Amino acid sequence: MSEKKTMRLTLKVWRQNGPQDQGRFETYELDNVNPDWSFLEMLDILNMKLVREGKEPIAFESDCREGICGTCGFVINGRAHGHLHKTTVCQLHMRHFKDGETIVIEPFRATAFPVLKDLIIDRSAMDFILKRGGYISVNVGSAPDANTIPVPKHNSDRAFDFATCIGCGACIAACPNASAALFVSAKITHLALLPQGHPEREKRVDEMLTAMEEQGFGGCSNTYACEVECPKGISITGIARANLEYWRAKLKGN
Amino acid sequence: MMEKLWKDGRTLDLETDSRIPDGPVEEKWTRYKGTVPLVSPANKRRFTIIVVGSGLAGASASATLAQLGYNVLLFTYHDSPRRAHSIAAQGGINAAKNYQNDGDSIWRLFYDTMKGGDFRAREANVYRLAEISPQIIDYSVAIGVPFAREYGGLLANRSFGGVLVQRTFYARGQTGQQLLLGAISQVLRWWNEGRIKIFPRHEVLDIVLIDGHAKGIIARDLITGELKRFAAHAVVLATGGYGNAYFLSTNAVNSNATAIWRAYKRGAYFGNPCFVQVHPTALPETHEYQSKRTLMSESLRNDGRVWVPRKKGDTRHPNEIPHEERWYFLEEWYPAYGNLVPRDVASRAIKRVCDMGYGLPPTGRAVYLDLLDAIKEQGKERIDAKYGNLFEMYEKITGESPWEVPMKIYPAVHYTMGGLWVSYELQTSIPGLFAIGEANFSDHGANRLGASALMQGLADGYYILPYTIGSYLAHRLGEKLPDTESEEFRKTEQEVKERIERLISVNGKTPPDEFHMKLGHILWDKVGLSRSKESLLQALEEIRELKKEFWKDVKVVGDANTINQELEKAGRVADFIELGELITIDALHREESCGAHFREEYKTEEGEPLRRDDEFAYVAAWQYNGEDNPPILNKEPLKFEAIKPTVRSYK
Ligand SMILES: Cc1cc2nc3c(=O)[nH]c(=O)nc-3n(C[C@H](O)[C@H](O)[C@H](O)COP(=O)(O)OP(=O)(O)OC[C@H]3O[C@@H](n4cnc5c(N)ncnc54)[C@H](O)[C@@H]3O)c2cc1C
Ligand code: SF4
Ligand code: FES
Repeated sequence: MSEKKTMRLTLKVWRQNGPQDQGRFETYELDNVNPDWSFLEMLDILNMKLVREGKEPIAFESDCREGICGTCGFVINGRAHGHLHKTTVCQLHMRHFKDGETIVIEPFRATAFPVLKDLIIDRSAMDFILKRGGYISVNVGSAPDANTIPVPKHNSDRAFDFATCIGCGACIAACPNASAALFVSAKITHLALLPQGHPEREKRVDEMLTAMEEQGFGGCSNTYACEVECPKGISITGIARANLEYWRAKLKGN
Repeated sequence: MMEKLWKDGRTLDLETDSRIPDGPVEEKWTRYKGTVPLVSPANKRRFTIIVVGSGLAGASASATLAQLGYNVLLFTYHDSPRRAHSIAAQGGINAAKNYQNDGDSIWRLFYDTMKGGDFRAREANVYRLAEISPQIIDYSVAIGVPFAREYGGLLANRSFGGVLVQRTFYARGQTGQQLLLGAISQVLRWWNEGRIKIFPRHEVLDIVLIDGHAKGIIARDLITGELKRFAAHAVVLATGGYGNAYFLSTNAVNSNATAIWRAYKRGAYFGNPCFVQVHPTALPETHEYQSKRTLMSESLRNDGRVWVPRKKGDTRHPNEIPHEERWYFLEEWYPAYGNLVPRDVASRAIKRVCDMGYGLPPTGRAVYLDLLDAIKEQGKERIDAKYGNLFEMYEKITGESPWEVPMKIYPAVHYTMGGLWVSYELQTSIPGLFAIGEANFSDHGANRLGASALMQGLADGYYILPYTIGSYLAHRLGEKLPDTESEEFRKTEQEVKERIERLISVNGKTPPDEFHMKLGHILWDKVGLSRSKESLLQALEEIRELKKEFWKDVKVVGDANTINQELEKAGRVADFIELGELITIDALHREESCGAHFREEYKTEEGEPLRRDDEFAYVAAWQYNGEDNPPILNKEPLKFEAIKPTVRSYK
C-alpha cells in the first residue's frame, strides 16, 4: 500500500533530560509519513533517524501496542492520547492527521506524575492506591466451585466495564485538579458490583480514598474531563457509585 | 558448512533428572504432593525467593509464595507489574469443568493437549495441568475476575481450535487482562502486607551461581542505570516467551529472551527452541516499518469463515463475490474441524493457498476471515457481545469495519513452546533456578492449543511451583542468605558491566532496531512456517554474519547511567541473535515434521506433517558449551504410558 499519498509533518516534542532538567520543545520535520503508520511507528522511524545522526532518540514508553497494557500515553495537541475518542496513543494511526500539520507532543502532567525523561513519567502513585484494598482477600486453595454463587449477567457485565481500566493515567492528566477519582472509582465499582467483593467493601472504599489523598492527587469537582479522555470509556457513574460506597460505609459506622 | 553443528550429549534420566513420580498418570501429582518434603511456616519466613516477571506465571507465583509465608522479591522491567505481556491475551482460558455437559473431562483435556502438541510433550506434566485447570477458574472467580456469564448467572464457555467441546472461559476479548489484574491484585495485597517487595523498572541481566546453585541476580535499574545485586535462596524465572526473536510477532514490543538466554549461558538447558508457534489470524503486514503484528483472537474462528476467491487475482469487492465463487479451503480440507483446526494446521493452509497464488491483493499475503454470515444468522447483538472489542481494534488499525467487510488476516509468530528445560518440579538444570509460564518448555509439545497458555501460567504459579519449590528448600533449612559482597556476585556484576561497556564502545552506525528487523527477516523466511535443510543452513550462515556485523556496527547513543532505551534494545537484540542461531540448529537437527515444526523433507503425500517417533520422540535439551564450541544435545526420551501417539488428523 505504499502508493498511498504520504504526508509532511512538523513535530514539536517535549525533551527533558531527567526530573531536574527544565525541559523544552524541540522541532522535527518529517517527510514521507505513511498514513498506515501508527503514531508510535512514526516516532520509531524518527528515532532511528536520530540515532543514525548520533543524536539521542525521543524517550517514550509502550509495550502491547494494542491498547490494553496502559504503558503508552502522552499528550498530543493538548489531548491525552490524542483527539480520537476511546483510543490509546498506540492505536492512533497517521491517517487521522493532515498533510502539513504541526503536532505538539508532551508528557502527561500532574504533580503525582514526575517526568523521568522526555515523554516518560512516573505513575507509581497509582499502584500505591490500589495496594490499599484494590483486591479481595481470598487465599489460593480456599475457593468454592466457580458456579456456587450465580452473578446476574447484568452485574457481571457492568463489573467488567469498570474492570477494563488499563491504568494509563490519562484521566488524571486530563483533570484540572489532577484527581484520580475515575481510576480509583473504577476499581471500587468493579469489586462492589460482584458478590465476591462485598465482605471488604467498607474497608476498601475508606482506605483507597485515603490513599488517593496521601499520594497527592486532587479531589473531584465534576468537570467530566476524565471520562472524555479515557481510552477505555470508563463511565463517570463509577465516581457516583464510589461516593455511594463511601457514604454506605460511613453509615455502617466504619 | 561441513563443521559439526552440535555435539552429542547424554540421555536424561526420567527419575533423577526429570523427576517424574511413579504410578499411573492420574495418580502422579497426588502421590507427589503426598510425599514432597514440606517447609514449616516458621521456616518459610526465613527463606527469600526472587521472582523475575509479573505476567500470569510470575504474579500468581509471587502471590502464592507470599501467602505461604516466603519473602518474595518481584522484578519486572515494566513501570508497574500490571503491564506484563499477559495483559494482552484475548480469547480465553481452558478448564475441564464440563459445565456445558458436552463430554469434557480431565482426561479429554489431557488427551487434546497431548494430541494438539503432536505428542512431543511430557505426559505427566500435561495430565497435571488438566487436573489443576478447574481450580484456576474457581480461584479467579473468587478474587473478582468478571468472566462472561449466561443469563442465569452462571459461567459461559466457548470453543477454541483443535477441540470438539466448549471448555474455554473468557472475559470478552480481554481474558488475559482480567486474569492478570486478578493475579496482580493478590500481589498488591501481599505487598501491602509486607511479604512481597516489588522492583519495577529493573531489568535482570544475569543469574548468580554459588557452588552451582542459583543464589541471586544482577539487575539494572532502568532509571539510574545502576547495576544492583540481589541474593535469595532460590530464583524463579517467569519472563515469558521469545517470539520477538522474529522481530514481528504478536508479542508486546519489549518481550525478550535475555533472562532465559543468560540462564542458558550459565548452564540451564534450553528445551526444543525450534518449536515456535505461528498464529493463523493476525493482521497482515502493510508497510515495512510495522512494529508488531496484531492478533485477532482465535475465538473469531468459532463463527468466522476463512476463504479466498476461487479465481486468482479476483479484484471484486469481497461482498460482491457470491458464495459459490469463494473457496472455504479449511472447511473443504478439514471437514471434521473446519475453521477450528489447530493453529499450525490453519497457518500452513493459509500459507499454502497464498503460495498457490490465491492470496488477496495487493500483497498476495492475506486471506479473508469473514463474520458476515454469522452476523446475519445470530444478529448484531450476540456477535457484539462476543467480539465487539476485537472488531473495534480491527477498525482502529485498518480503517475498515468488520461489520461491513470481511477482515483480512495472515499468520504471524505468536508463542514459543520451547523454553528453558525444566523437570516435573519446574526446576531447570541449575539447582535452585526454576522456570514457569511461557519461559519454560514444558506442557505444549510441538504446538500449543488456544487458551492453554493462560491455564499453564496460572497452574504453574498458583498451584505447582509453590509445592515443588519446597522440595528444594526443605533441604536447605538454616542456610543463610548469600552475601552480595561475595566473589561470585562481584564477578558476575563485573561481567554484566563489561558487556554493557562493550555494547556502547562499538560505536558504529546502525541502530539496534535495524539489526533486529534483519534477524526477523532471516528467521521468518527461513526458520518460519516451513523449513528445509537448505533454508536452515542458509539462515545459519546469515545469522552468523549478522552477529559479526552487529558487534562491528551497532550504534548505542547516550550513557549507561540514565534511562537509555537504545542500550536496553541493543542488549536484547544481541541475545536474540544468539538464540536465533540455536533455534536454527535445533530445527536442523530435528529431521521430522511435528506440530509447528514443519520440515519440507518430511511430509505425507497429502502435504501433512510426517512425524518420526522412532527417532525423534524426545525433548532436545540443549546445553551451552562455550562461545566458540557447538552446543551439546542432551535428550529426554518421551515415554508414552497412558496414551498411544497416533497420526494427528483433523480431517
Ligand atoms: C496477543 C496475544 C494473545 C494471546 N491470547 C491468549 C489467549 O487467549 N489464551 C491463552 O491461553 N494464551 C494467550 N496468549 C499467550 C499468553 O498470553 C502468554 O503465553 C502468557 O501470557 C505468558 O505469560 P507469562 O507469565 O509466562 O509471561 P509474560 O506475561 O510475558 O510476562 C513476562 C514478565 O517477565 C518480565 N521480564 C522478562 N524479562 C525480564 C528481565 N530480564 N528482567 C525483568 N523482568 C523481565 C516482564 O516484565 C513481564 O513482567 C496470547 C498471546 C498473545 C501475544
Ligand atoms: S480510568 Fe480510563 S483514563 Fe483513567 S487510568 Fe483507567 S483507562 Fe486510563
Ligand atoms: S502500548 Fe499498551 S496500551 Fe498502548
